Amino acid sequence: MSVRGLRKQYGTFTAVDGIGFEIARGETFALLGPNGAGKSTTVEILEGYRDRDAGEVSVLGVDPQHATLAWKARIGIVLQQTGESGTVTVREQLSHFASLYPHPRDIDEVIAAVGLEAKAKTRIKALSGGQRRRVDVALGVIGRPELLFLDEPTTGFDPEARHQFWELIRSLSREGTTIVLTTHYLDEAAQLSDRAAVIAGGRMLDIGPVDTIGSEQARVPLVRWRDDSGLHEERTHEPARLVAQLVAAQGEPVELEVIRPSLEDVYLELVGSAEAEEATAGAAGAAAEVTA
Amino acid sequence: MSAQTDARAAAGRSGTAFGPLRALRLGAARIVYETRLYFRAGDTVFFTFLFPVVLLGIFSVAFDGLGNVGTNADGSGGISQAAYYLPGMIAAGILLSGVQNLGVDIAVERGDGTLKRLAGTPLPVLSYFIGKMGQVLVTSAAQVVLLLLLARFAFGVQLPADPQHWITFLWVYLLGIVTAAVLGIAISRLPRSGKSASAVIIPPLLILQFISGVYLSFALMPEWLQNIASVFPLKWIAQGMRAALLPESFASAEQGGDWNLVGVATALGIWLVAGLILCRVTFRWIRKDS
Repeated sequence: MSVRGLRKQYGTFTAVDGIGFEIARGETFALLGPNGAGKSTTVEILEGYRDRDAGEVSVLGVDPQHATLAWKARIGIVLQQTGESGTVTVREQLSHFASLYPHPRDIDEVIAAVGLEAKAKTRIKALSGGQRRRVDVALGVIGRPELLFLDEPTTGFDPEARHQFWELIRSLSREGTTIVLTTHYLDEAAQLSDRAAVIAGGRMLDIGPVDTIGSEQARVPLVRWRDDSGLHEERTHEPARLVAQLVAAQGEPVELEVIRPSLEDVYLELVGSAEAEEATAGAAGAAAEVTA
Repeated sequence: MSAQTDARAAAGRSGTAFGPLRALRLGAARIVYETRLYFRAGDTVFFTFLFPVVLLGIFSVAFDGLGNVGTNADGSGGISQAAYYLPGMIAAGILLSGVQNLGVDIAVERGDGTLKRLAGTPLPVLSYFIGKMGQVLVTSAAQVVLLLLLARFAFGVQLPADPQHWITFLWVYLLGIVTAAVLGIAISRLPRSGKSASAVIIPPLLILQFISGVYLSFALMPEWLQNIASVFPLKWIAQGMRAALLPESFASAEQGGDWNLVGVATALGIWLVAGLILCRVTFRWIRKDS
């Protein structure tokens, strides 16, 4: 999949402003960003749901704006929200959707994979929110897609269901499925994805393997401790040496922590500094206008 | 994995795997699926399927005391209230099963994400519509049979014995139900959300039923109201059904004094073509840039 110079405008609002990335076959790729960042718009363009205003997009070798049935048979989509009334049972719904695809997965295997064996004969409307979400995921994978889009897949899951879901996604990935995941759970991105892109305000802030995202500075480990003069924080590439120095100087430090910044910390810093920059740029623009 | 992928890609390239035969096969599967959904939705079963049946029962019983309709001066002859209302109820059933059922159904499916989900699958649009049309035909045919059986066996209505009337009945029914289904698909675009679908679609149809000679005798309407009703298809479906099921002597009560089956065919034909064009122009799986 390749995306170059993607732009999308709604009226005067630019939702996506020049995004570009490549995703290799078999990769799990996460799109991260705050609400309204342009993640969903980007994904919906890739899925063929929306037309773009500018840029080049190729998904499985096809421009999704001109999607064919054959192309749709090779992708699976788990949308962000679904609210179907659901008077069919889980099994009926899956077997109907399976019939739409040329090489569907085994229905019972999929039901088992999403952990709904006990609910197979239950009507979808009688399921809990989390169980319905698992039906959505099951419908997304029933057609044995080469490429799977997951838009906020685990919203509303309890922690156990989330871990089960991760296991399911890993097994799909092991089978060679390419996965594009949008999420605002950063642990989910860290758990599942090979690479991630961070989007805010329609622009891409960073892209790369999850453990290299963010500035070099943001990834430097942090040592935190308390002494008589209060709380101290120090960033250092050699935290052990610093701790050893602390011990040598003042004995066992109080509330000692050595923190390796998580994706979440890095992400918050990235998005935070982008927002600050935008505010500065906006203020500068306004000032320039006034001067003019 | 890769061998399979290659086979799949090849099938996609040659186009055979996604040809018209597949669209028909999936259309048939959709008919079964859609019909199952229809009968599981309690409110549609009542408000579109059973409604005309219940009304025929109520009208037949409530107006029974008024005696027969169209009697001779000496009080002999005429037909029972049930026989008199039967054509109108069949016409109402056609309108409800077609326009109301599909109009609300598709608007709700657009609102709740069903259409968006289907748009992401390799389901051809054609198969989707075959499913909807098939569901309408199956449920409406069952409804009409139920109405005829109720009229014949519960209320002793004398149904036509000659094939000529049944041929009229058949073509008016088929032309009526296909037109109604197509118009249902077309007006499903009107409601802004799935929640408002019933509120937007049902009231105008109810008014149409009152002015088109379904619940009230068409002859009772002032001429200007008859002319308004004549613009819409329901009046013509009801008139065609009266031509098929009522005695010849009732023709004189129609506008113009005869059954005017040519007018029935013309009016419905125009609505059918207009509806098809509207569907073609307006139907989208999703509102792309909302």
